[in-house]
Amino acid sequence: MDIEQYLTFGILPVLALALVFALYRFIKGPSVPDRIIALDLLITVSIGIMVIYSITTHQSTLLDIAMVLALIAFLGTLSFTFYLKQKNLEKHE
Amino acid sequence: MSDFLIAIISTTGALFILLASIGLFRMPDFYLRVSVTTKAGSMGVGLILIASAIYFWDFGITTRALAIIFFLLITAPVSAHLLGRVAYLCKVRLWEKTISDDLEGKYDRKKLHLRGISEKESEEKSGFSQGE
Repeated sequence: MDIEQYLTFGILPVLALALVFALYRFIKGPSVPDRIIALDLLITVSIGIMVIYSITTHQSTLLDIAMVLALIAFLGTLSFTFYLKQKNLEKHE
Repeated sequence: MSDFLIAIISTTGALFILLASIGLFRMPDFYLRVSVTTKAGSMGVGLILIASAIYFWDFGITTRALAIIFFLLITAPVSAHLLGRVAYLCKVRLWEKTISDDLEGKYDRKKLHLRGISEKESEEKSGFSQGE
């Protein structure tokens, strides 16, 4: 069994299972910060899936997209926390 | 040989990511969830990126993978800290079996200012000095 087959049939299902657990928390999550952290983990897992996919298809360009996605995940978390903080401040005024 | 190494490293990374998401699924409290996901998630993705760097074995791709790892290692703790702080300000509930909350009464929610001592403690202290 070569490495591409192992990555496709061994690693990708595990990552897909991780995606399902994170998606459950994203939908169910009792509070807004729970959903934000679930979104963060969803993007992290999808970066992993992209890297595995770039190995199996020999397309190293996909790593650039993974980098951009990591940047967007950080900016998204930052803006969500800023929004929550401003909402909290307005509530106390 | 290199295939074997890639298989070991990527399996470890995938298991770390699976553990992070199981932690997100099972943990009872937002603060426990944030502490699980940040560390295990960035560790798992870092290991998978190292596996891809070994597979391609090219200078440009290794640099790219290392840049992504560096970026993840810098941003993950910052975003986790921001989220935890905002969640505490918004009064997200703690787990009912939590033993101690060190920040209780010490956060000024209007000015976002952290006092070194809580209101109750300062009242107790001033009352004690008056009693003397």
